Amino acid sequence: MTDPTEHEIKPTGAADPGFHLDPAGESPARRSPHQGRQRVHTHADELNFGAAWDYAPAPESAKVVIAPKYGHFINGRFTTPGKTFRTINPANEEVLSEVSEGSTKDVNKAVAAAREALPKWAKLKPTDRAKYLFRIARRVQERARELAIIETRDGGKPIKESRDVDIPLVAHHFFYYAGWADKLPYAFPNRDPRPVGVCAQIIPWNFPLLMAAWKIAPALACGNTVVLKPAETTPLTALRLAEIFEEIDLPPGVVNIVTGAGETGKALAEHKDIDKIAFTGSTAVGKLLARTASKRGVRLTLELGGKSPNIIFEDASIDQAVEGIIQGIYFNQGHVCCAGSRLFVQESVVGEVVEKLTIRLKSLRLGDPMDKNTDIGAINSKEQLATINRYLKVGDDEGAHRITPSDKPLPKKGFWCNPCFFTGVQQSHTIAREEIFGPVLAVQTFRTPEEALTRANNTPYGLAAGVWTDKGSKIFDTAARLECGVVWCNTYNKFDAASPFGGFKESGFGREGGMQGLRPYVRL
Amino acid sequence: MAMQSHGHGTLLFFITTGRFFLPIAPTPARYNLPMKSITVDRVMADQRAAAFTKRSIKTSAKEAGLRLALSMVDLTTLEGKDSPEKVRSLCRKAILPDANDPTLPHVAAICVYPELVHVAHEELEGSGVHIASVATGFPSGQYPLEVRLDDTRRAVEAGADEIDMVISRGRFLAGERGKVFDEIASIKDACGQAHLKVILETGELETYDLVREASDLAIAAGADFIKTSTGKVAPAATMGVTLVMLEAVRDHFIKTGRKIGVKPAGGIRTSKQSLHYLVMVKETVGDDWLTPDLFRFGASSLTNDILMQLARRRTGRYMAGHDFSEA
Repeated sequence: MTDPTEHEIKPTGAADPGFHLDPAGESPARRSPHQGRQRVHTHADELNFGAAWDYAPAPESAKVVIAPKYGHFINGRFTTPGKTFRTINPANEEVLSEVSEGSTKDVNKAVAAAREALPKWAKLKPTDRAKYLFRIARRVQERARELAIIETRDGGKPIKESRDVDIPLVAHHFFYYAGWADKLPYAFPNRDPRPVGVCAQIIPWNFPLLMAAWKIAPALACGNTVVLKPAETTPLTALRLAEIFEEIDLPPGVVNIVTGAGETGKALAEHKDIDKIAFTGSTAVGKLLARTASKRGVRLTLELGGKSPNIIFEDASIDQAVEGIIQGIYFNQGHVCCAGSRLFVQESVVGEVVEKLTIRLKSLRLGDPMDKNTDIGAINSKEQLATINRYLKVGDDEGAHRITPSDKPLPKKGFWCNPCFFTGVQQSHTIAREEIFGPVLAVQTFRTPEEALTRANNTPYGLAAGVWTDKGSKIFDTAARLECGVVWCNTYNKFDAASPFGGFKESGFGREGGMQGLRPYVRL
Repeated sequence: MAMQSHGHGTLLFFITTGRFFLPIAPTPARYNLPMKSITVDRVMADQRAAAFTKRSIKTSAKEAGLRLALSMVDLTTLEGKDSPEKVRSLCRKAILPDANDPTLPHVAAICVYPELVHVAHEELEGSGVHIASVATGFPSGQYPLEVRLDDTRRAVEAGADEIDMVISRGRFLAGERGKVFDEIASIKDACGQAHLKVILETGELETYDLVREASDLAIAAGADFIKTSTGKVAPAATMGVTLVMLEAVRDHFIKTGRKIGVKPAGGIRTSKQSLHYLVMVKETVGDDWLTPDLFRFGASSLTNDILMQLARRRTGRYMAGHDFSEA
């Protein structure tokens, strides 16, 4: 669903004589990353990140029950499973459960339930709405371990990330918007904030439960009711969240969850009785939704793809900047819409950055996502792996130089991609222009700050950016001129419920998180 | 950076950094300093350091790690009231940490004041345990250079094969980096065959920028090891400063192929902490540093906590503190 490129990817640099593959390694394009620059002898290759004192397996061992089949969650209860599809563990291709494929009928029922629940929920005392949200947040905390395990098994991300990032942020978002529920007049002074109505929310597979929280929490705080469709490869945690809604006695119909793939999402988005669409996913689907929404007076917020620049100036703290590259592009296997997938390094330090990035990548541990010491988990689906591999090939064909520092073998079962990066990347290269959504980084260089800014902004996307420098004035100057929604300075991929998130240009519109995140869910 | 020749140079030798430029002649030339001082972003460095503590070290890895950590301990006593008897007791502990488990390795070294080195020398002869002596006007270093050099020579003559020196933090903070460089270089010469550990006293340097600069300076001046702290100033060793020092060591290795050791000292009391440090070593400088030749813990109470954990793995029970001899 969020596959950014259903179309075929064509190499763009093929006509450029500088980018022919040269088996002898003599062509200028193969001289990267230190184009024209003689490297001093380095001992970096002798650093040994091998098997001495290897960590014993440390699997998260708690047992979690997953039902063999799930229905939808409509009007406060689970429906009988209908036509189902399988959801698998991408790390070993084991079938976890069968989940119902939402039909138009299911969607109709869910929207009807949300419509019916709306008046009562909208009129509920704001402190009482807050109470429900607080209850959800606390219950998420109580069941955090179980949720983290399911998130990892269903999606392939390392348990370390689902345990320390995803699930705590889910609770944080519900707590945060619980706090706003009875303070809306303070968010919109001298206005009269009223709910929008029935909200159709369609979310992606990269942060399944977190995206559900981002969407549901502000909607409920503002008095709306919801029909949520999780991604087809990762529906299980949303269904657990439905269990939590049952446990805390959330009034029936306030949140409905319909599982399914693109067709289900389409049925939901085109439904006549919804007031708002909130979508996170690929730009291609976002454009379709924009067309759908424009036909009727349906409100729309889109959080779409990105090709975010991460800019390292020569005066940056290089070791920490390298850490930021890792966080930027290899976090969650690069399945992050705001991933720092284009690295711009000032020419004077590119040798050092590439060398240290190579060393750092050797120490990353790829493998069983359930192992607490795993840094790089599985690619979310077979389709996504195929997409990534297509881009890797295009990168090679266009003449960029691929470096994959780890020589450890990939697991035999499941979907895996070794973290890698390309040097010698030109602005016109496909891998520098299109979203790959995988652990693949395009490294480019620049000489002057102006050049960095021009190239960073030379993209249809505008979601996020990173700036690395020791100089405060440079941070503010650069950040102010970057065309994107989020700029991280000397850090990357930091999230907080109090901080708004969203894009410019083809990365979408509308903000999620913070006080700004309330705006899409109120009529003023 | 080219490697300079060891020993006394006869030619004028220039050190250049971004902050100073001064001729030193003749100098015990060692290695060039980086062309500009390297900055360290504290927030990200601390975040990285904290990430190492999230590693889950269990079962066989835990046992192997604890044995390794034990073999890296510099068993230390640095009190005014230290007696020959206490040092003898420490030496016994160093050789045989736990009488109930003779398979355990001995610790790396004992660390004492120069006055007590001869006692340790008698006790440790032939045991493989090194004798480290603090010297150079430990812990403040606020003495004339001649006194500090004399202190060093006496400790070596008494049998110390490792010298833990302190840098002049006053001079360093005043910007007299060249003088600090000279001091370290001449103390290195006074050490002769003994290994030199240079204590930066990171608690007094405060910023990571300065920790990094002092690390580079000490390494360039000929340190075999760089060490965080005397243990007399808080904060002593932290994961953050040790990471910064490991990065300096790694960068020096990349440039020269020469391996420098690192010794966090002070504040490492639990076996869990020691495993966190080992994880950091393994993932920052790699497997080759997982040896007492290149990584040490300056600690005293750590030893018994490691022994307690190892006994727990051996017997399935936690022993009481009094089941282990004092360290």
